[in-house]
Amino acid sequence: MMKRRIFTLVSVLALSMGLFSGCAFSDDTEEEEGESQSLTVEDRDYYTRFKGDGISINVYNWGEYISTGADEGTLDVNAEFEKLTGIKVNYTNYATNEELYAKLKGGGTSYDVIIPSDYMISKMIKEDLIQPLDMDNIPNYKYIMDNYRGLAYDPDNRYSVPYTWGTVGIIYNAEQIDTPKEEIDWDILWDEKYKDQILMFDNPRDAFAIAELLLGYSLNTEDPDELKAAAEKLKEQKQYVQAYVMDEVFDKMAAGEALLAPYYAGDALTILEDNEDLDFVIPKSGTNLFVDAMCIPSSAKQKEAAEMYINFMCEPDIAYANIDYICYSTPNSAAYEMLDEEVREDPVSYPDSEFIANKTTVFVNLSDEANDQMKELWTEMKSETANKWFVPIFLVVCVGIIAFVLIRRHLKKKKDIF
Amino acid sequence: MKMKLKYFSAPYLVWMIVFILVPLLMIGYFALTTDSGSFTLKHVSDVGQYANIFVRSIWLSLIATAICLVVAYPVAFMLSRMEKHRQGTMLMIVMLPMWMNFLLRTYAWMTLLGNNGIINHLLGTIGLGPVKMINTSGAVVLGMVYNYLPFMILPLYSVMVKIDKSMFEAASDLGCSSAETLWRVVIPLSMPGITSGITMVFVPAISTFIISRMLGGGSNLLIGDLIEMQFLGNAYNPHLGAAISLVLMVIILVIMTVMNQFDPDDQVLM
Repeated sequence: MMKRRIFTLVSVLALSMGLFSGCAFSDDTEEEEGESQSLTVEDRDYYTRFKGDGISINVYNWGEYISTGADEGTLDVNAEFEKLTGIKVNYTNYATNEELYAKLKGGGTSYDVIIPSDYMISKMIKEDLIQPLDMDNIPNYKYIMDNYRGLAYDPDNRYSVPYTWGTVGIIYNAEQIDTPKEEIDWDILWDEKYKDQILMFDNPRDAFAIAELLLGYSLNTEDPDELKAAAEKLKEQKQYVQAYVMDEVFDKMAAGEALLAPYYAGDALTILEDNEDLDFVIPKSGTNLFVDAMCIPSSAKQKEAAEMYINFMCEPDIAYANIDYICYSTPNSAAYEMLDEEVREDPVSYPDSEFIANKTTVFVNLSDEANDQMKELWTEMKSETANKWFVPIFLVVCVGIIAFVLIRRHLKKKKDIF
Repeated sequence: MKMKLKYFSAPYLVWMIVFILVPLLMIGYFALTTDSGSFTLKHVSDVGQYANIFVRSIWLSLIATAICLVVAYPVAFMLSRMEKHRQGTMLMIVMLPMWMNFLLRTYAWMTLLGNNGIINHLLGTIGLGPVKMINTSGAVVLGMVYNYLPFMILPLYSVMVKIDKSMFEAASDLGCSSAETLWRVVIPLSMPGITSGITMVFVPAISTFIISRMLGGGSNLLIGDLIEMQFLGNAYNPHLGAAISLVLMVIILVIMTVMNQFDPDDQVLM
């Protein structure tokens, strides 16, 4: 899930501080020519079908989630696509799955390609917001690894083509936490020793997932009692938590404000660059695996051109350029082969497949009842006020103000009589 | 001539209808209907479960407004009594922080107040232990005061600058001490400034969400956070969001009505 860009502010600042200036693995010296002549695509005829038709497509993606050619020697993927196919790309950004959902649900806009995350895809399938793809138009689907086909959110591979994936783990300050890396598990976020040094996800789905992992429940549980138990667990954690954050993790961890924070692997690597005391671990007991995949909304106007774009994104060279730029993990086997060995064997970006198969769970959309219950429990957990005196004091103040006003008016009237 | 002038306000009237009146009606509509469009009171009654968030928001923004008033009043008075050419410079200094982006200013406080932040760093060098400042309600109030103080100073100043010097002379001629002058002359004459200043600070403060999220650590929600969660956050539910907004508007309306009782001319300064 690409959540790093929720606040424009944070990104602006972070950019100026060089936070995002590159990622851990962008130091390869391979020079790529930014010209389509050097770009090898398998079937050039396939891509030139619409040349001269003046077609344009609207692509709606996460911020900073595509190679833009901004760094020296990287590809401008959209420009390459336009050059190759003659189809104009209108590229816009969103910051959360919910923002994307609200846009599509509200209607009035027409997007041809979107890249939602797993649980949002299943929700959109359920609500008919996205349409089945014609896989004949996406021959490059063959590059998608088996692990990322037929996942729970889209069991028949009809609606989505995986773009990136990643896991959730714990960023921690290795200097000040003496637990060895292998022994760090989710319960460290409940450790009294680190009171006020723990950051926690500020969104219910991710936060509940951690509590559910700890309790041994399924990450997609809809059982009201299990959800309640998970909420209790989170309530218990609240006294140790310094703050509930999303993007702020970048700055807080880099500045040493906190010692522990759960976060997404791709973003964690970016944070690790800024503070060498930090390390990242994916707990052995299991974690959430998230997948962002390309889909076509039901309201799309240029379905075939959109499928062409999706196919283009799966071209080995293009997929490699993107993954090299954004640092998430790729489900594209050809792009994976092109990565440096150092990257391929990095346990953070590419944990071994046995772990992926046995210990990770992909989110699916929960039932409306379970979603509502989770939201309610979450708000209740967060809004619990420590001070019992708020309400009484507030009432007294209100009564005082009203009494004062009434007395004043009364006196004024008296004055007016004289 | 008078009739013709009326037409010049037509563009704003249209603007007001399209961008203020219609959205307000839509909020009311959303708050009182279900997804399928039938009438329901469920969302409004659901707001009740967030009573403590409402109380907390009102409380914190009242404190922030009170601090703003206490801090701004003497500043505005001094400003209004300065020589004309210096007033301009001083006003500019008051306005200066507002030239910077609101988010950036709040963000700066994050680094100032942090556990390893600049203030704690300075305290550390003189031997005082780190003080927990960020992620507290105090930090939220500080953020509100800092961001909205100019909105209190400016209306106060613009009213006070119109108080003629001869008023003070007359007051002292008639035997008023300076405390009495303040209480019987300055405060009554500056009442319109006080009420509009309070409105301009209280209303944005009560509905803020970014300040509480950045400085409050996200563990204690304010109404603004709650509304934001309903529209852009994980709890997507525009009906509940609209209902919360509606209740918030009513609360503000009540508080403003009470406020206007203090205004001697019974002007409605909303």
